[in-house]
Amino acid sequence: MVFPGSNCDLDAYQAILESGEEASYVWHMEKSLEGFDAVILPGGFSYGDYLRCGAIARFSPIMASVRKMAENGRPVLGICNGFQILTEAGLLPGVLLRNRDLKFICKNVYLRVESTMSPFTKALESGSVLKIPIAHGDGNYFVDGETLRSLEENGQVIFRYCSADGEVSPQFNPNGSISNIAGVSNARGNVLGMMPHPERVCEEITGGTDGLLLFKSMISFLKGGMAGELVNS
Amino acid sequence: MSSSTLDYSPLGLSHSEFDLICEKLGREPNPLELAMFGVMWSEHCSYKNSKALLKTLPTGGSSILQGPGENAGIVDIGEGLAVVMKVESHNHPSAVEPYQGAATGVGGIIRDIFTMGARPIALLNSLRFGELDKARTRYLFENVVKGIGDYGNCMGIPTVAGEIYFDDHYTGNPLVNAMCVGIMRHEEVKYARAKGIGNPVMLVGATTGRDGMGGAAFASVELTEQSLERKSAVQVGDPFMEKLLLEACIELFKTDAVVAIQDLGAAGLTSSCCEMASRGKSGIWIELSCIPLREEAMTPVEIMLSESQERMLVVVKRGREKEVGAIFEKWGLSGTVIGEVTDDGLLTVLERGKVVASLPARLLADDAPVYTRESTRPAYLESVGRFDLLESEDMNIEETLIALLERPTIAGKEWVYSQYDHMVRTSTVTGPGSDAAVIRIRGTDRAIALTIDGNGSYCYLDPFMGAAIAVAEAARNLVCSGARPLAITDGLNFGNPEKREIYWQFKETIAGLTAACDVLETPVISGNVSFYNETETGAIFPTPIVGMVGVIEDISKVTGSFFINEGDVILLLGENTNELGGSEYLRMLTGRTIGECPTIDLEREKRVQRLCLEAIGRRLLDSAHDCSEGGLAVALSECCFGKGLGAKIELNDTLPIDALLFGEAQSRIVVSLKESKLDSLLELAGEFGVPARILGRVGSDELKIDVWGREVLSAPVGELEARWRGAIECAMRS
Repeated sequence: MVFPGSNCDLDAYQAILESGEEASYVWHMEKSLEGFDAVILPGGFSYGDYLRCGAIARFSPIMASVRKMAENGRPVLGICNGFQILTEAGLLPGVLLRNRDLKFICKNVYLRVESTMSPFTKALESGSVLKIPIAHGDGNYFVDGETLRSLEENGQVIFRYCSADGEVSPQFNPNGSISNIAGVSNARGNVLGMMPHPERVCEEITGGTDGLLLFKSMISFLKGGMAGELVNS
Repeated sequence: MSSSTLDYSPLGLSHSEFDLICEKLGREPNPLELAMFGVMWSEHCSYKNSKALLKTLPTGGSSILQGPGENAGIVDIGEGLAVVMKVESHNHPSAVEPYQGAATGVGGIIRDIFTMGARPIALLNSLRFGELDKARTRYLFENVVKGIGDYGNCMGIPTVAGEIYFDDHYTGNPLVNAMCVGIMRHEEVKYARAKGIGNPVMLVGATTGRDGMGGAAFASVELTEQSLERKSAVQVGDPFMEKLLLEACIELFKTDAVVAIQDLGAAGLTSSCCEMASRGKSGIWIELSCIPLREEAMTPVEIMLSESQERMLVVVKRGREKEVGAIFEKWGLSGTVIGEVTDDGLLTVLERGKVVASLPARLLADDAPVYTRESTRPAYLESVGRFDLLESEDMNIEETLIALLERPTIAGKEWVYSQYDHMVRTSTVTGPGSDAAVIRIRGTDRAIALTIDGNGSYCYLDPFMGAAIAVAEAARNLVCSGARPLAITDGLNFGNPEKREIYWQFKETIAGLTAACDVLETPVISGNVSFYNETETGAIFPTPIVGMVGVIEDISKVTGSFFINEGDVILLLGENTNELGGSEYLRMLTGRTIGECPTIDLEREKRVQRLCLEAIGRRLLDSAHDCSEGGLAVALSECCFGKGLGAKIELNDTLPIDALLFGEAQSRIVVSLKESKLDSLLELAGEFGVPARILGRVGSDELKIDVWGREVLSAPVGELEARWRGAIECAMRS
């Protein structure tokens, strides 16, 4: 998916190629996603983050088809600005506020896999730790207390910021997000939004391959005919 | 003619320049024409005080595809690929409005790169501020960094390297030099030469407003108290608009509809029109009523001088306007035909069909008078060379080292670069915090290495030597990563060139750059001169900045600066000498930049660099790190910081201990390697005639240094690193 101002589209595209699959760019003015198995909304600054991050992109013509993919249980991944667009579009709960210290932050962080109820974590082990970078100014995830409880109960919290050893505590929270949340899914599990950039760690030469695990998980989910319910293990 | 009623002095034109204009035109210019001369003949646009000396820089070479004179220079990196690069200053705007000043500096340099037909792939920057104990400095620093980050981050171009120095000489006049690097295939190059009579001239991108009025002229005078009121002379950036413009232009370049293209920078429409016409040996007419404006009732002068950002001027083939327009429309931009190419050599400005200005394009763009100023060796040099230090024998080395590691100039810059997206485009192999950034080139086994360097303190003490060191250090940084240096772009920042002592600094600097570029075979392919960096309290240090690109033919040979293997042998390539002058250590102790500038023997430097590169080529080395500010002790500490591995070092040089540990002698590289490769390296060093001495071994989690058998340092790496890493953040919280 390419919106005006998207800038991690190349990286997401390359990540899928690196995973051994095919990918195409789809311009936001197009209407159909016919023939696609999954969708990635990449990072960047759609519409320059004007008004609010993702607030304008959600009105793009292609978003009706993204919604349909989500309803049909297809994997939909929003990374960084893509996550912001998905929350603005109501496909994911919550909002993303300015980072706690009001600065853009680009660095490697550690994530603990909290739930495997997502095509992107289905092949991973719950509790495992991934090293994936963040690069954002507005990644401070927030939901009200009641929604947070239901997210936790349903296994919709997919990733939390943690230490290299998997310890989740405020000191490993880079942006102030509630309950250290780095990624959440919808109730059905097929739509994932995350602030960290898995597409940036798909090759050793550019810093690691932990991100590749997410894409491979998605691919094996699709190849299994999306078999089996997405359940929290 | 001097009886003219036209007031030219507020435009920055001198009496003799006005007379020259009248003589060349055979008439007096009208007020609009005079304003156009004012900006085009300003120092910023005309380089009238630097041109004569800049011509002496080496600019040619077998891999140089385009030297200075276009929007940016181009160098061949093999396999049909070329790198486009340039550095540019935005000092005055950043002194007045740091956020927008820095942001638009980045925006401007990015446009210079993609206007050449290249895809921008990396940003670098070189910054100078006063000391961080002043609130104003912290404000400038904070906002310059934010401005750079916000613009580059939004563009999706990684900011991969940079350098920052803090010194009181930059308090009122910080320096912000931004560099951009792009890549393209040789045949994709686009030039800014308007050709083809009758071809339409299109203005694309943002609308034109009153922002940045007279920015070029503003940059061509010293800063005063009143300058702080001149915020209207600073442009306002919109990186989202520029991102659209970039993508639209790259899509446009895939058609063959473009004849010429140039961005609108300083002096806006005036400069882009007359420069394109002059380079193409043609003329251009434009109609002001066709120009999309964002404000009402703009006068012709305002339209012609506006420095509104994110605009490009494109000459397209006649008949292709619709196709070009459709591409811009796809990206939500307007592309408007505003004029045509002619063969009359004139830049003609029409307002609803009536001629309001008509000037020879060449006269405006290229024929400003060129000045060779008087120069005098500065008086201050008589007194800066001498210094007396207290007996250093009983100095506490650990305390001194930690204090040095905490100096903002030396300290880790993570507070800065964590605000820059340095990973986007997923090609950053080595990011900020190393000697040089390394960017892989997709689809090949190649990578390029990039660095930006300069040391104003050295140049203050000896501009010739300091400038030569800037080139040498940049090359040394690249070599440490495994890259062969190819070419430089230079950002020359000085005070007022009309003053003899400043002009002397400039002249010596050019000579130093020339000497080093010649020996190290790295010609100058583009650059920028920024004069008048002065406030009421005086001039900045003469500060030449060198941005350099090198090529790594086999990406598997990329080498880092950190120790990576326990048990590796640590060697010094080069020699420790008794040189403390200009060091950060002396500045820390005395608060002054004193002593003699470190000397550099360029032939020896070249041998050290060739040895390092050859050793990396033969896969002998596990790490290589340039020895620079803070000297050997700081360099060794930095080698330990990457992986947290310590080292045990033994030194036996017959030098004063402060010079040995903290002196900044040149042409030194700290390397580490496996014991099994030691003999090969020593043999190679012999062949190159370079002293190579074993310093110690990698191991444990402490840095231990013995001098003449006495332990002078034994400190946990973690503690040293924490102090080094946290110093800037700590200073910014105060």
